[in-house]
Amino acid sequence: MPEFTTWDILYNLILAARWTVVLSILAFICGGIAGLLVLLGRVSPLPWLRRTMNLYIELFQGTPLLMQIFIVFFAFPLMGVETTAWTAAVVALTLFTSAYLAEIWRGCVESVPKGQWEASESLAMSFTEQMRYVILPQALRVAVPPTVGFSVQVIKGTAVTSIIGFVELTKAGTMITNATFQPFLVYGLVGLLYFALCYPLSVYAKRLERTLHVAR
Amino acid sequence: MSLVKLTGIHKSYGDNEVLKGIDLKVNEGQVVALIGRSGSGKSTLLRTINGLERINQGSIEVDGACVDPGQSDLRALRLKVGMVFQQFNLFPHLTAGQNVMLAPVVVKKQSKADVRTIAEEALAKVGLADKFDAYPDQLSGGQQQRVAIARSLAMKPRVMLCDEITSALDPELVNEVLAVVRKLAEEGMTLLLVTHEMRFAREVCDTLVFMHKGRIAEQGAPEEVFTKPATPELAQFIGMVTER
Repeated sequence: MPEFTTWDILYNLILAARWTVVLSILAFICGGIAGLLVLLGRVSPLPWLRRTMNLYIELFQGTPLLMQIFIVFFAFPLMGVETTAWTAAVVALTLFTSAYLAEIWRGCVESVPKGQWEASESLAMSFTEQMRYVILPQALRVAVPPTVGFSVQVIKGTAVTSIIGFVELTKAGTMITNATFQPFLVYGLVGLLYFALCYPLSVYAKRLERTLHVAR
Repeated sequence: MSLVKLTGIHKSYGDNEVLKGIDLKVNEGQVVALIGRSGSGKSTLLRTINGLERINQGSIEVDGACVDPGQSDLRALRLKVGMVFQQFNLFPHLTAGQNVMLAPVVVKKQSKADVRTIAEEALAKVGLADKFDAYPDQLSGGQQQRVAIARSLAMKPRVMLCDEITSALDPELVNEVLAVVRKLAEEGMTLLLVTHEMRFAREVCDTLVFMHKGRIAEQGAPEEVFTKPATPELAQFIGMVTER
């Protein structure tokens, strides 16, 4: 039986952590784009669209991420689409991220005073023109800290994709544990690696919050 | 022919009927002040004229653009109607010049160079030619309100609505804004103002409209309305405002 040094373990975990990072970034970018569309629907003047997007948000906020991943992973083959753990993970995390970001951003949009809507409306601007030139630029500065803060949730969320066999940090930890029989050491290192990814982001989010508040 | 024609306007919030059948005609170049107690419906009436408040019944016609509860092309209406608000509502992320330029560029698709000239003229007209690059939070309340007037002017509206535009200002800043309004009136701009500045209304407006409980109780030339109120409500209102 081969021997594993702590360095071997750490090295392999770091290799796997790259996939955690890639998955997080992809989910965050795709989820951000989808979230913007959901947001536009959520605050649009059309009542049916607002209701639909609200339902979308409630669905993803009201069910466990684990279940969402299962559904995406098993629903694709049912519809006759071949899928990999990688695709399912990206799709599920994108949907999850979009719902949360849309809701965070809705709060930011609603923090823009009503007078801004009325003034731009009075200048004959359409909804999209109002959003693009008046509302979103103002919502943006309020949105940055909670958005960065939420990225931490996305990183931690990627751990759940290990359940469908996607090899990222957590899954690699399980595999290494099975080979080394040192669960405490391995999962301890896994935890430290997650912390190393998340902690700087949450510190950064806090700092942004302070500076953007002072600037106003 | 009237520029603004309101016919049988009804407006309710739930069971609370705030406008109970308003008919009003405003001719080109006319300067009309809406007066009355708070809650009489004057601000609501003003806000229906550019579609910020939906009406339940009646019709609004401004220079051919027509709105009623059934069909509403608010964009056509809003291109003809400018509005200035009590709280200025300047866009805080844009400079004074950008505030004025935004709508002509985005909505009317005019070229930036043309709009720049229009914006400079509009700011000059309100006496703020040198504040083109200042942000709203670098301006006093009176200056902000004058930028808001310039922003509205740059869209070349046929009629301007002013909703208590001096009420949020410190007393010493009221006059600079009123001076701009007076100038607009003299240049023949059609104006509808909701105001508590009775002296100003009396001097500048050619018509006073007194609203009471969602109806137009009285209207006429200022001197007439002030000196010979026909209803006890108006007499009481005048008594109240002149005592102050």
